[in-house]
Amino acid sequence: MNSLIWLPFLPLLGTLVPLLSAHLSRTACAFLTAALPALTLLLVLSHAGDIFQGERFHAVIPWIPAIGLDLAFRLDGLAMLFAILILGIGLLVILYARYYLSAKDSIGKFYAYLILFMFAMLGVVLSDNLIQLWFFWELTSISSFLLISFWGHKTEARKGARMALTVTGAGGLALLAGLLILGNTVGSFSLQDVLDNGDLIKASANYPIIVVLVLLGAFTKSAQFPFHFWLPNAMAAPTPVSAYLHSATMVKAGIFLMARFYPALADTNLWFLIVSLTGLITFLVGAYIALFQHDLKGLLANSTISHLGLITLLLGMGTDLAAVAAIFHIINHAIFKASLFMAAGIIDHESGSRDMRNLNGLWKYMPYTATLAMVASASMAGVPLMNGFLSKEMFFTETLHQASLGSLSWFIPVLATLGGVFAVAYSMRFIHDVFFNGEPINLPKTPHEPPRYMRVPVEILVAICLFVGIFPSLAVGDLLFAAANATLNGPAPDYSLAIWHGFNLPLVMSIIALIGGLLMYKNRAHLFKFQAQFPASDPKLVFESAIQWLTRQSQALIAWAENGSLQRYVFFVLAFAVVMTASSLLKLNTTAGQRPEIPLDALSITCAVLLCISALATVIWHRKRVVALITLSVVGLIVSLAFAKFSAPDLALTQLSVEVVTVILLILALFFLPQKTPKESSPRRIVRDLSLASLFGGIVGTISYALMTRPLDSISTFFTENSKTGGGGTNVVNVILVDFRGFDTLGEITVLGIAALGIYKLIARMRLFMPSADGNGLAWSEDRHPMLLKVISQSLLPLALLVSAYIFLRGHNMPGGGFIAGLVTSVAIIQQYIAHGVEWIKTRIKFDYQIMIGSGIGIATLSGLGSWVFGHTFLSSWFDYFYLPVIGKFELASAMIFDLGVFLTVVGATMLILANLGQLTTSERPTQQEHE
Amino acid sequence: MEGMYALCVGLLTACGIFLALRGRSFSVVIGLTLLSYAVNLFLFASGRLRLNSAAVLGESQQYSDPLPQALVLTAIVIGFAMTAFVVILAMRARADLGNDHVDGTLPKQPGDTEQKNGGNA
Repeated sequence: MNSLIWLPFLPLLGTLVPLLSAHLSRTACAFLTAALPALTLLLVLSHAGDIFQGERFHAVIPWIPAIGLDLAFRLDGLAMLFAILILGIGLLVILYARYYLSAKDSIGKFYAYLILFMFAMLGVVLSDNLIQLWFFWELTSISSFLLISFWGHKTEARKGARMALTVTGAGGLALLAGLLILGNTVGSFSLQDVLDNGDLIKASANYPIIVVLVLLGAFTKSAQFPFHFWLPNAMAAPTPVSAYLHSATMVKAGIFLMARFYPALADTNLWFLIVSLTGLITFLVGAYIALFQHDLKGLLANSTISHLGLITLLLGMGTDLAAVAAIFHIINHAIFKASLFMAAGIIDHESGSRDMRNLNGLWKYMPYTATLAMVASASMAGVPLMNGFLSKEMFFTETLHQASLGSLSWFIPVLATLGGVFAVAYSMRFIHDVFFNGEPINLPKTPHEPPRYMRVPVEILVAICLFVGIFPSLAVGDLLFAAANATLNGPAPDYSLAIWHGFNLPLVMSIIALIGGLLMYKNRAHLFKFQAQFPASDPKLVFESAIQWLTRQSQALIAWAENGSLQRYVFFVLAFAVVMTASSLLKLNTTAGQRPEIPLDALSITCAVLLCISALATVIWHRKRVVALITLSVVGLIVSLAFAKFSAPDLALTQLSVEVVTVILLILALFFLPQKTPKESSPRRIVRDLSLASLFGGIVGTISYALMTRPLDSISTFFTENSKTGGGGTNVVNVILVDFRGFDTLGEITVLGIAALGIYKLIARMRLFMPSADGNGLAWSEDRHPMLLKVISQSLLPLALLVSAYIFLRGHNMPGGGFIAGLVTSVAIIQQYIAHGVEWIKTRIKFDYQIMIGSGIGIATLSGLGSWVFGHTFLSSWFDYFYLPVIGKFELASAMIFDLGVFLTVVGATMLILANLGQLTTSERPTQQEHE
Repeated sequence: MEGMYALCVGLLTACGIFLALRGRSFSVVIGLTLLSYAVNLFLFASGRLRLNSAAVLGESQQYSDPLPQALVLTAIVIGFAMTAFVVILAMRARADLGNDHVDGTLPKQPGDTEQKNGGNA
């Protein structure tokens, strides 16, 4: 079924046609634009025979099947019915728009939007995948926005378009949520799977959520109460758009959705209550408001709302016959309402006004158009021999055959009849007020008949109205049957499409509606007077003020939450982290686990007490910065002792050397920063922060304790077993760093290099002034480089480098390695800087630290790439043992080259940071005095 | 021993977080340093505490878990890079903004005369 895939995509291709042919004549552009939709319509109709036989076509192009994302289309009776409406009415609208749009309007752009909408709408009705359906659903909202705002120079067009997009778009998001839950409940995003699992869905606990969310999408799209207000405001669109989107197709998308998911979601009390009551209210409210409109299109828009409510009510009733009636009315309403909109457009076009208070007696000027409009209006009112009569009759019958409201069920037929009365009254108004009822008042131009071909679409539609009305089975019998089958996902019930069912109650209801409607129209003056007592409210203003209120509220929220204070953000993040971790800790029953604890010893207790005291001292004296730095370094020292104690010599060495470098760095930084921190935290804030910090510390300590006292099932036995045989080293930590997890290490030295380069750039353009005295106002010592320090550090340098080389070389087998050796070397060089000053070093050490970082990362990467040469994966290591006289047996491993890269990067990065920072003290110093 | 170790980790975390919540950049740096000690100790302890069992083959009967050690080793070095970056950033911020508050502006306090800073010489 490859041609099925083409159905929606032919129109997509067709969006280009009007743009490319816009420079031709308007007629040529219209015909070329119509070609592809016409071809698509023929394709659809070519399947009609099989569809009427009850077949169903699927076509799938898998995309990401694992998460249910496919490009999937289906063609069944319901999809075909909608496809015919979309394409058929679309073609008529293309012809109509050719005459409706003025020469000033860009017809190419208009057609492109229109075909884009056609594509989106076809996508909705043909989709066989929930997510895909939603995608096209939103595309209809967007293309509808473009079409409503086609006359973007008018403020009501812009406002109406915005309103329609907001309402339908928000509904679309609800729909997405609903469909996602639905798909997860069923376990498949395929539409057919969902339809086949109706019982599963209805039994699921998610069912109420799904129904509400999906219905929100449907109700917003189909302008159901209380979301109906956007539709009359969308009438700012050009009339062909109103005829196409806002009567025949897009507003039916919500109805389509309800019909599509009918087997999966309908037939429960919840569905009945929500859908039928919403439909009933919409039916009445729309019909009532329609009567009081003075704008022709306003009347039609509200009547559309009312008819959509009627269809919704039918779908909510839950009987199979009601569903058939709903589908029948979808067809009939689309046909008569599209023709009425086109007629209204002709009247507007040829008389320059849509105001029924000015439009009177047009019969004299355009009798032909008047006749067409009258037939269509009669269909809208439900006059016999018109298609509207048949479905309305079915509607009345169904209202009598339901008992879901218990003893109050008789309300529904009565209210349905009341709605029918209003429908007759507003249809009557459309006919009488416009075509008769005196003479036209102050029309901008003298009304006349439209161009010949502008009338053709209306003629075709009105002819269909009559044809369906008189020969219903012949006209739509098969299509209706196929669509009903597809909707119910099973055989449709028996129903009769005859005009005459005998003299029964529904016929009486029709007669009451007709007579009542005529009486109501005759006495409309009283009703209008009554209605005038209500304060007029413009939904546009209400909507805009609601949106503005929402914007103000969110701005206030943002201003409160995001006030620009990093201090505050850190608090929020940490508080959130506390909540998240604490909530899962509550589920842990016992803190202590099964693993036996190591007994305490005096030395450890002493160290722990020292650590606690120094940590607290750091907090207490944090405003005296140098003191805090000293206590901090004590903490660091004890941390490295702890590593040594608990069998991590590599960590101890690393921590120790990093500690030295960090303290030097912080002291250098402190030189340029204030020596003391002012006291500025309010007592409240201190209590708040202390509470959060203690809570956090308590949680982390608890987790740590719970972790340590539980047995460990580690993956590390793999590393210890393979370290010697696979990596050629006995120091497992180092082998992990340079071999097993070498890729991680490569990433980390890259980060180190990037951080160093970032710091270099930050320092490069820093303009700091040099304090000439310390925090207590004492001048710096004149003796910048003490002799003793110079001599000792100079003589220590070779020794330190030797130690560094030793640590580096033995790293593979004993504690040590590139990281530690690099840090030791850095400390040795920094010592020279401290003892001799930057100028002295500059003339003697001519390393470019940036090149050092680069070559370090380069060497590490190349040693990894080298294994490719030998046909191994990236960073596989090689090693072997050699023998040299004097030295003896020794090992060479490719991992050492990698470790050399690590070494160079660490030295380069550390030195780049510290040397450049230190250099700041020697640049030309501004003399400004600092006041703290 | 584990209890005492956990106590120390918790205390270091608490001290680190309290200082990280302060307003001046240097206090924050000190706080972050304390916090990274705590984090490193925490991660290290996830391999469980063992005495006299360095993960060097042939040196002992049992080996401590080498994986957290390897991870913490790089974490220490990266932690240094981060501390350095933050410190330099703090200096740069002071140079460009004229104060060392993390928010970039000094908080308003009653009776507080505007602090003078000669950042941009």
